[in-house]
Amino acid sequence: MGPRLRAAGLALPLVAFVSVTFLGPMVNLLTKSFYDPEVADALPETMAALRDWDGQGTPSDEAFAATAREFVAARTERTLGRTANRVNRVASGMRSTIMGGSREMAEAAAVAEDAGVEMGGAFWRETMIGIDSRWGGPEPWRALRAAGQRLTARHYLKALDFERGPDGGYQRAPEAWRIYVPLFWRTFLVSLGVTLLCLVIGYPVAHMIANSPPKRANVLLLLVLLPFWTSLLVRTTSWIVLLQNQGIVNDFLVAIGLIGDDGRIAMIYNMTGTFVAMTHVLLPFLVLPLYSVMRAIPPAYMNAAVSLGATPFQALRRVYWPQTLPGVGAGCLLTFILAIGYYITPALVGGQSGQLISNMIAYHVQTSLNWGLAAALAALLLGGVTLLYVVYDRLVGIDRIGLG
Amino acid sequence: MVRAAAASVAALLAGCAPQAGDGTAPGSPGPGASEESITVVSYGGSYARACVLGYHESFTEETGIRVDLEDFNGGLAQIRAQVEAGAVHWDVVDLGVADTITGCDEGVLELIEPELLPPGPNGEPPADDFLPETNTECGVGTLLYSTIYAYNPETLPGPAPATLADFFDLERFPGRRGMQRKPEANLEFALMANGVPKERIYELLGTEEGLDRAFRKLDTIKDDVVWWEAGAQPPQLLADGEVIMSTAWNGRIFNAQVLEDQPFVIVWDGQVMDRGQLVVVAGTPHLEGALRFMRHAARSESMAGVGKYIAYSPARRSGQALIDRHAETGTEMWPHMPTNPANMKNFLMSDWEWWADHRDEMQERFAAWLAR
Repeated sequence: MGPRLRAAGLALPLVAFVSVTFLGPMVNLLTKSFYDPEVADALPETMAALRDWDGQGTPSDEAFAATAREFVAARTERTLGRTANRVNRVASGMRSTIMGGSREMAEAAAVAEDAGVEMGGAFWRETMIGIDSRWGGPEPWRALRAAGQRLTARHYLKALDFERGPDGGYQRAPEAWRIYVPLFWRTFLVSLGVTLLCLVIGYPVAHMIANSPPKRANVLLLLVLLPFWTSLLVRTTSWIVLLQNQGIVNDFLVAIGLIGDDGRIAMIYNMTGTFVAMTHVLLPFLVLPLYSVMRAIPPAYMNAAVSLGATPFQALRRVYWPQTLPGVGAGCLLTFILAIGYYITPALVGGQSGQLISNMIAYHVQTSLNWGLAAALAALLLGGVTLLYVVYDRLVGIDRIGLG
Repeated sequence: MVRAAAASVAALLAGCAPQAGDGTAPGSPGPGASEESITVVSYGGSYARACVLGYHESFTEETGIRVDLEDFNGGLAQIRAQVEAGAVHWDVVDLGVADTITGCDEGVLELIEPELLPPGPNGEPPADDFLPETNTECGVGTLLYSTIYAYNPETLPGPAPATLADFFDLERFPGRRGMQRKPEANLEFALMANGVPKERIYELLGTEEGLDRAFRKLDTIKDDVVWWEAGAQPPQLLADGEVIMSTAWNGRIFNAQVLEDQPFVIVWDGQVMDRGQLVVVAGTPHLEGALRFMRHAARSESMAGVGKYIAYSPARRSGQALIDRHAETGTEMWPHMPTNPANMKNFLMSDWEWWADHRDEMQERFAAWLAR
């Protein structure tokens, strides 16, 4: 065994760990965003009978019979609910149409069997439309067929606020129903804003720490790291105490007479709160890479520039700033990527306008259990970040990122 | 290596010894029985405390089965994850009805046989004794609660609000209002305040025009709403003066009134009543203990026991008859109960079937509206 192979062997536990705990689940979840076999597996005959339907009027008698048979059978086996929930995601209201309808279909089947009536396609067409007139129109059948596609783009369409029009073509959802695209934009802009704020605040701080004598630098670094070691929830809740209407900052402003008692400023449960709390939480991620890059820049360079006749600003802009770019790039990329997935802070202090895309992903993972849509949203987010990374690489060069 | 093997053999032998020496028949209540425990998951806070004092303790006393209480924030995600991973460690969970329905459909909850439910204290058959629509296929109804709105007279001087319409009246009652950040109950409030008769609320919400109408009504107060998420927030917001009135679960306001002497007043008009249920997670290794717990919780006495600590009504008629005084302060509980006829002059029963059908779509529309 060569030394190279042995070295690679040392990395094996990590590779195995990452594959099992990270790559595997991620691929599994992302697959759910376009591959959804559940309804197709649950209602194979129905799907086969609907395959040749042109989408207008009602499908064939065979489709009615197959659907009724499979509904009644699945109901007995208690698997119909799962199917009904999947179809309900394509068209709201299908859950009760299927669940309530199947109960009556089972009863009708029992009565017909006792009476010796033959349960063919015509029988089921009449019975199903009698139970729920919706079966006499194309909508529930279209919903069934759409939900039965194994490979589907519908989660992505939904995540981009598109829907299927009555003619089967794709169109943007009505204004009042557009949610994900505006949220993606907002998430992007908030993350960008927070990153810039962190940079503006963090750059001078990092510079000061990097140019302090070691003892003071350690104390200053500790101050930067302290919030890093505090629980995220504690930090976020502290901001509520400080910024709320009857909070410390407002009380202080009223006490010194800057604002009246009825003119208290709303600083929390809105975008301001989101910006303040997120900037605070993410600041160390920008300061630390900047600091380590700045520490490696010899002060002699700045001295040389000034002694050659540059003004301090020129020296900063043309000599110092370019050398810190790797740190700026690393810090900004790190902060931005963390901000784009932020979830707890906006939920706690964001109020009505502070919801970001991750909050919707959490909703679909935890409450609606629509993991397909959650996966599609996550995939789009991942795609966006990857795209940014590539653009960054083209513009600045990823090899220029440095952590010191 | 050799030493480790010897140690594990010794441990095995030690583990066998008591069994070998134990001559009692299996199933007899020996010292082993007290080792059994089940995990019950609930919402924490004053409500969980009421359940522990109200009937968890008597359950352990009667059966010797220990109850380990865990907190969660509702939802099916963890239950589903446990069932799909085949590692169920939650046994009984306190869930809202819409979640119970979804979970039952998904097959992650055990079906509850109606025979499990015990008769009332005077032999009342459960079928008539439970209030209508409190039980579902997988859920046993334990209580009824209302989403009401309350105000703090200390921060809202002048005329007192008395109707649901007053909640939306910014002219007579200027100031911020607290509302829960979810569409449930809020859409119903908006339509009721807009003058829609109760019987037509869900029918109207099912149409695009009705939904637009609800959101237009919410639009009128949107800029003045503070959104809450946890049940403990509304009393806090009211006490801090962050809002002049807030929607809330009636039990939380009651607790602030009697335990913290807050002067809050509940407006019993146009409130939305809903049911709380217990479910058993499918595939639990403690099925028998969990079902015994369910049977115990379904007793009228257990439900009335909870009603000794928090103003949530028993889901059984015979349980309501047992409502007495608050166990700690001696306050009469009946005037505070959501099922007291005096409080039910104008209320809406939440339609779980409608919500199970439309929850996802409403959540999306609501989030889109909030973000605008």
